[in-house]
Amino acid sequence: MKYIIIGNGVSSVGAIEAIRKNDKTGSITVFTDEKFPCYGRPLISYYLEGKTSTDKMSYRGGNFYKDNNVTLKLGAAITKIDPTSKTVTAGGKEYAYGKLLVATGSSPFVPPTPGYDRVKNKFTFIRLSDALAIEKHVGADKRALIIGAGLTGLKCAEGLYGRVGKITVVDMADRVLPAVTDSDASGIVRAHLESKGMEFFLSDSVAEYEENAAVLKSGRRIEFDILITSVGVRPNVSLVADAGGAVEIPTETGRPIRGIVVDETQLTTLPDVYAAGDCTLSYDVTVGCARMLALQPNAYLQGETAGNAMSGGVTFRRDYLPVNAGGFLGLHMITAGSYVGDAITANADGAFRRFFVKDDRLTGFILIGGYDRAGILTDMIRKRTPVSNVDFEEMIKQPALGALGMDYVRAVLGK
Amino acid sequence: MKRVYVNEEWCLGCRLCEYWCVFSASGEKHFPFAFDGGAKPPAGIRVESAGGINFAVNCRHCDDPLCMKSCISGALSRDDHGAIRIDKAKCVGCHTCIAMCPYGCIVSGGESMPIKKCQLCASRDYTPQCVSHCPAGAIVFEEE
Ligand SMILES: Cc1cc2nc3c(=O)[nH]c(=O)nc-3n(C[C@H](O)[C@H](O)[C@H](O)COP(=O)(O)OP(=O)(O)OC[C@H]3O[C@@H](n4cnc5c(N)ncnc54)[C@H](O)[C@@H]3O)c2cc1C
Ligand code: SF4
Ligand code: SF4
Repeated sequence: MKYIIIGNGVSSVGAIEAIRKNDKTGSITVFTDEKFPCYGRPLISYYLEGKTSTDKMSYRGGNFYKDNNVTLKLGAAITKIDPTSKTVTAGGKEYAYGKLLVATGSSPFVPPTPGYDRVKNKFTFIRLSDALAIEKHVGADKRALIIGAGLTGLKCAEGLYGRVGKITVVDMADRVLPAVTDSDASGIVRAHLESKGMEFFLSDSVAEYEENAAVLKSGRRIEFDILITSVGVRPNVSLVADAGGAVEIPTETGRPIRGIVVDETQLTTLPDVYAAGDCTLSYDVTVGCARMLALQPNAYLQGETAGNAMSGGVTFRRDYLPVNAGGFLGLHMITAGSYVGDAITANADGAFRRFFVKDDRLTGFILIGGYDRAGILTDMIRKRTPVSNVDFEEMIKQPALGALGMDYVRAVLGK
Repeated sequence: MKRVYVNEEWCLGCRLCEYWCVFSASGEKHFPFAFDGGAKPPAGIRVESAGGINFAVNCRHCDDPLCMKSCISGALSRDDHGAIRIDKAKCVGCHTCIAMCPYGCIVSGGESMPIKKCQLCASRDYTPQCVSHCPAGAIVFEEE
C-alpha cells in the first residue's frame, strides 16, 4: 500500500504510528510546507518564554521518521488532490497514493483592517517560524499589541512576558478566554494578568492601523513595536473542497460550519481520502453536534483512527470533547466540556471550581488553581456517567475513583 | 505485561507505598534523604479511602494511554517494558495529561516542573518498590 499524508502535525504522527502497527512495509510519504519535523505546536509560547528549546520541542525525537521508514518531504506544499487518478501534486510533480490522509491543520484568521499592510512588524502565532521571527523583535523597550484574548492570544502574551516592556491585549469579546470560561472564571484570569502589568481593552477592536499604532473603534490609540494577530483559526479545507469533497455542514442558524466532513473512521466524502485534526469537524459529545475542535488530543486520536482505518487495523470508538489545560503566569487551569445545565460551585483552598450538570450528566467543568486528578471528571463527561450513580459531593471536592463505586475500582485496579 | 494490581481487602491504609514510591523516584540511596528537600507523596501511587475501604491507585500503563496520546510535547512514551514513562527534560508542565488520565494517576510537579507519574520503578530494575514494601500484600506485581 502507498500512503501519503499531507501535513506533519500530531495528527500525522498519530496516523504514522497506527499505520506501522498494521503495515510494516507499505510506503509512507509525508509532505509538509513547514521546515521542521513534527514539533509540539503549543510549545511555541513556552519557547518564547524560555521554558523549552528547539531541540526539546521535537515531538517524537530525531529518528522517528527513519525508524518508521517514512519519507518526510519538508518545505513541500501540496497544491492539488486528484481523487480520480489518485494523485497529489507538489512542486508541479504528481505522486500516486493508495490511501491519502489530509492532516493540514488550521490557519490563523486575520480580519481585514485598513492600514494593516502598513504595519512593519506584524505576525500571527501558530508556527515555530512565527515564534522565531517574533523573537528577533523583542527587547525591554518594546511594546507588544496582541489582538485576541483567546487561548493562543493569552499564551502568546505569557510567552512575551518578561521579554518585552509592555503587553496590551485587545478583543472584541467582553471577556478574556470566552470559549473556555464563564464570566467569573474569565474575571479571575484577567485580574491575574492585569496584576502582572498587562493591559486589556475588551469589547473593542481595531478600526485602523498606522505603521506603529492601532486606532480602536472606541477612539483609543495604542502604540506598539510588535503586532500579533491571534483571533482564531480556520480549518485548511481548500485541497479537499477543490477535489469535490464536503467541507461544511448546515446549522440551524443558517450559517454553515466549515471543516472537512468525516465519518467515524475519519473517511471524507472522497474515496480513500481520510482527514484528521484541526482541518476536520469533530462530533462533540457535550453538545451533541459537530464542530471544530482545534485541540491537540483530538488531533492525535483522529490521526490514529485514520491510520488504523487506512491500514486495515481496528479503530477504537472515540468520544471527542473540548479539554484545555494550561497556565498563565502561575495561574493554572483545566477546563473541559460545555457549560450548559446547572452550575455547581465548590470553591476550596483558594481554587475556583465550577461544575455543570444537565440531565443527570456532568457536561463540563472549570477548575482554576487546583485540579488534582481532573481526568477522572473528564472521563465522567466522556462516558456520560450518571451523576446519580456517583458520590458527587465527594467527587467535586476531590475527584477520586472511590466516588465511582467499589465495583468500578475493582474493575480498573483489580486483577 | 506485568502490572501493579490491588487486593483492597488487605490494604491497611498505611500509605507506606506512597513513601516508597517517592524514595524510589528520588534515586537516593538512603530513605530519609529522599524527603530532605520537602518532597511529599503522592508521586506514582496514592491510597484512597472510600466507605471504610482503602486501596492504592497506580498507573495502569494503559493499552490505550490517553495521557501519552494527548501530551502536547511528546514527553510521554512507552518503553520496552510497556511502561508509560515521562521525559522530564521535555515536559513543560502544561498538565494536559492530568486533564486526560481517566484514573487520576498523574501528579503535578509544581510550577514549571515536570509532572510525576509511575515509572514502574524502571531505575530499580522494574521492581516496583510499592509492592516490595507493602506489609499487607495489598498490592501485587503480576502478569495480566
Ligand atoms: C500557540 C498555540 C497554542 C496551543 N495550545 C494548545 C494547548 O495547550 N492544548 C491543545 O490541545 N491544543 C493547543 N493548540 C492547538 C494544537 O496545536 C492543534 O490542535 C494541533 O496542532 C493540531 O494538529 P494537526 O495535526 O491537526 O495540525 P497542525 O499541527 O496544524 O499541522 C498541520 C501541518 O500541515 C501543514 N500543511 C497545511 N497545508 C499543507 C499543504 N497544502 N501542503 C503541505 N503541508 C501542509 C502545515 O504547515 C502544518 O505543518 C495550540 C495551538 C497554538 C497555535
Ligand atoms: S497515566 Fe493514566 S492514562 Fe496514562 S497510562 Fe497511566 S493510567 Fe493510563
Ligand atoms: S504536563 Fe508534561 S507530560 Fe503532561 S501533557 Fe504537559 S508536557 Fe506532556
